[in-house]
Amino acid sequence: MKRLTFLMLALPLAAASETTVIRNATVLTVTKGTFKGSVLIRDGKIVEAGENVTAPEGARVIDATGEFVMPGIIDCHSHIAADSINEGALAVASMVGIEDVINPDDPDIYRALAGGVTTANILHGSADPIGGKCEVIKMRWGKDAEGLKFVGAVPGIKFALGENVKRSGSPGGGFGASPGLRYPATRMGVEDVIREAFTEARAYQKEWQEYRDKVARHEQAIPPRRDLKLEPLVEVLEGKRYVHAHCYRADEILMLLHVADDFGFKIRTLQHALEGYKVAAEIAAHGTGASTFSDWWAYKAEAYDAIPYNAALMTRKGVLVSVNSDSAELMRHLNTEAAKAMKYGGLNETEALSLITINPAKQLGIEQRVGSIEPGKDADLTIYDKHPLSNYAKVDKVFIDGQLYFDRAKDLEERAGKEARKKALIDKLKAEEKKERKRPEAADTKKGEEPGGAE
Amino acid sequence: MRTCIMVAAALAGLGAARADTILLTGATVHTVSGPDIPNGAVLIRDGKIAEVGAHIAARGARVIELKGLHLYPGMIDSATELGLTEIEAVREMSDITDLGLFKPQLRAATAVNPASEHIPVTRANGITAVITSPGGGIIAGQSVLMHLTGWTMADMAVRSPAAMRMEYPHIQARGRFFGGGEGPGRGAGYAEAKKRYEEQVQKLNDFMESARRYQKAKAAAGPEFETDLRFEAMLPVLEGKLPMLIQAEKAKTIKEAIAFAEQQKIHMILERGVEAWKVAADLKAHNIPVILPPTLRLPEEEDDPYDKPFTIPGELWKAGVKIAFASFGPGAEDNPRNLPYEAAAAVGFGLPQEEALKAVTLYPAQIWGVGDELGSIEKGKWADLIVTDGDPLETRTQIKQEFIKGVAVDLENKHRRLYEKYLTRD
Repeated sequence: MKRLTFLMLALPLAAASETTVIRNATVLTVTKGTFKGSVLIRDGKIVEAGENVTAPEGARVIDATGEFVMPGIIDCHSHIAADSINEGALAVASMVGIEDVINPDDPDIYRALAGGVTTANILHGSADPIGGKCEVIKMRWGKDAEGLKFVGAVPGIKFALGENVKRSGSPGGGFGASPGLRYPATRMGVEDVIREAFTEARAYQKEWQEYRDKVARHEQAIPPRRDLKLEPLVEVLEGKRYVHAHCYRADEILMLLHVADDFGFKIRTLQHALEGYKVAAEIAAHGTGASTFSDWWAYKAEAYDAIPYNAALMTRKGVLVSVNSDSAELMRHLNTEAAKAMKYGGLNETEALSLITINPAKQLGIEQRVGSIEPGKDADLTIYDKHPLSNYAKVDKVFIDGQLYFDRAKDLEERAGKEARKKALIDKLKAEEKKERKRPEAADTKKGEEPGGAE
Repeated sequence: MRTCIMVAAALAGLGAARADTILLTGATVHTVSGPDIPNGAVLIRDGKIAEVGAHIAARGARVIELKGLHLYPGMIDSATELGLTEIEAVREMSDITDLGLFKPQLRAATAVNPASEHIPVTRANGITAVITSPGGGIIAGQSVLMHLTGWTMADMAVRSPAAMRMEYPHIQARGRFFGGGEGPGRGAGYAEAKKRYEEQVQKLNDFMESARRYQKAKAAAGPEFETDLRFEAMLPVLEGKLPMLIQAEKAKTIKEAIAFAEQQKIHMILERGVEAWKVAADLKAHNIPVILPPTLRLPEEEDDPYDKPFTIPGELWKAGVKIAFASFGPGAEDNPRNLPYEAAAAVGFGLPQEEALKAVTLYPAQIWGVGDELGSIEKGKWADLIVTDGDPLETRTQIKQEFIKGVAVDLENKHRRLYEKYLTRD
């Protein structure tokens, strides 16, 4: 199949400066209760949300009678919209970052949008104990790579523990490109790699500190040579970059928390953390968040003790929990993934919705901007035709920064036109191929002209 | 909730040895085959449904009051690897794919582990029976339709074999993710893949031809006749007694599979059928049912409508094709307990809710040839019943009790055990 990405190209459907009011909806604010009412949007921000909202004249009115509006979904773990994911040749790959490989033409962006997602944390892969830098993006479909970036999000970096990391140290390889063996091959080695890297980072940090002190004292000093691998790790030590650590088993979770404690930094989130429920108290005590799958299990050995009660159990034990996708498909229905935490472990509706909105916002350091319907926050909103925790709910509209980026009615309306354009292009291509095939005959009459090597 | 678990466990204890006479009353009975019965009753005797109605007088029956709850038939998953693999990534724990292209003599029922942790996990969400199939090669082997309870396969099997599973050869030049798979045509360049496909079609036709000759030779019973287990296994297929479960994704492959089934005069069930919607009229004309690919998956092509996988079940239903949902297939997360959510995802995209429910109960029973034994709450069928607090296609709904062949089954499983264990940790 030829690439026909252009068919899905769509520009934001409304201008940012516009004032919009969503009327007659059930408003699920997540942090400020649920009510029947309106949400007023101006200049990309939520201005007001309440039962009685007065909209200025000329405001664009979206009648959402019978519908439900909630904050745009935030996925704390995704790999869409990136040209490459895993720099697996090295055990420490902190010098690379997703920011350099964002692909704004990935149709999964539009699909995620159509699933109510407005923000996602795009992570490096899990081949390395210390992987590359993450990038938080908004699903601003139609914008370029820079236009997708969530400016103001706290920078992040991926760590990884367990089987995926060890696999690169085993004959036969696996994730990552290294054909030969690569240290580490055990969970012991994983700990060592992280400790070695931070020992180096500390020395590097000290070197720079000494240099800066000298400069401050007006002493003569030569700046240390920059190390792009260690710089992000120094940022971690200084709390300027969040660690999002892929992990499964309880023992490796505790190992990482100990390492972080020893070096004086925090793990911002444990990603997957499928055995997080076994050490929830320790996770909570460390002040670490957990971002987990709702119910995947048994696809590998370290996922054999995974339980669908994980999110609820960790929540009850005081851990800040989100439910993520790690999959372009699952990303399309995170609302019902959240509902699983009600079925398994008995979270209430607000707690369930928090797993995919305000909690991941906190984990990514963007809770002042997104994750709930509150005045002053970005107008990132998803409108469903039914309650979003129902399996029958369908996304109707999605706003990002107050702009309508997905509108199901418009999507349906444009399909026939897109089909026609696609057919016209295919027909044109076929006609050209036919012409190409005829050319050898014509060449007989034109001496010295070889038929093109179309075959 | 805890009391509910204990009650279920107690029931399981009581009923473990044999099925007794039970009267379920007070629930809304969703028969699926007929209208709902509010405040209805179901009488279970000898493992079967003895009576269904508004009022049933049953002396001596153990009465279970289900006021405010709902009764549905147990759900059936039409494509799984349940019991054949415990941990997917561990080679030693998988018995799905054996060597060779033609392996009709291999039986899934042989290798299903009745003690697999996946079985109680799956049935805890209301799935009472599944199809488990071997994979790989062209003819992979025999699928089993089994109940999700029992000490051994003898207790579990509803039909073994339920079908002969094969994958119709096709050209697949592009490697899948990780370039993987052993199936026909995978991971090769186009010219090579095409050649391989043509060879495989030839081999398939030769194999069928040989099987027919074997059938004739056996009937003739000459002195030279020797038993061949592979051809022996093919006889029920050739006689039209056993359906051929044919995996085919693209429209072209599906058409070729239909022509193959027609030519061979075999009873075909289509599995995967990602592009079945393109050939819906053909499927309808040949009365071929479709085991749907997962609804919760990404569109095939990058310029497909975003909701294409959600609309396919409704499109096939509208075309009059008989459909059943399954948890296993292309792009599946392979989590059979989520079968009802595959069905729910098609509702709102063209498939009525009642049809979605039928496509996880009655329709699969009919497709697998047990339409008079499973799939609805009707007199004479096995009492495979689930007691819920709502619509079983909704995630938030809880399964409160469950009966398989009239016996209350334990809803306890590995996940609930670990949950309860770690809930008590300080």
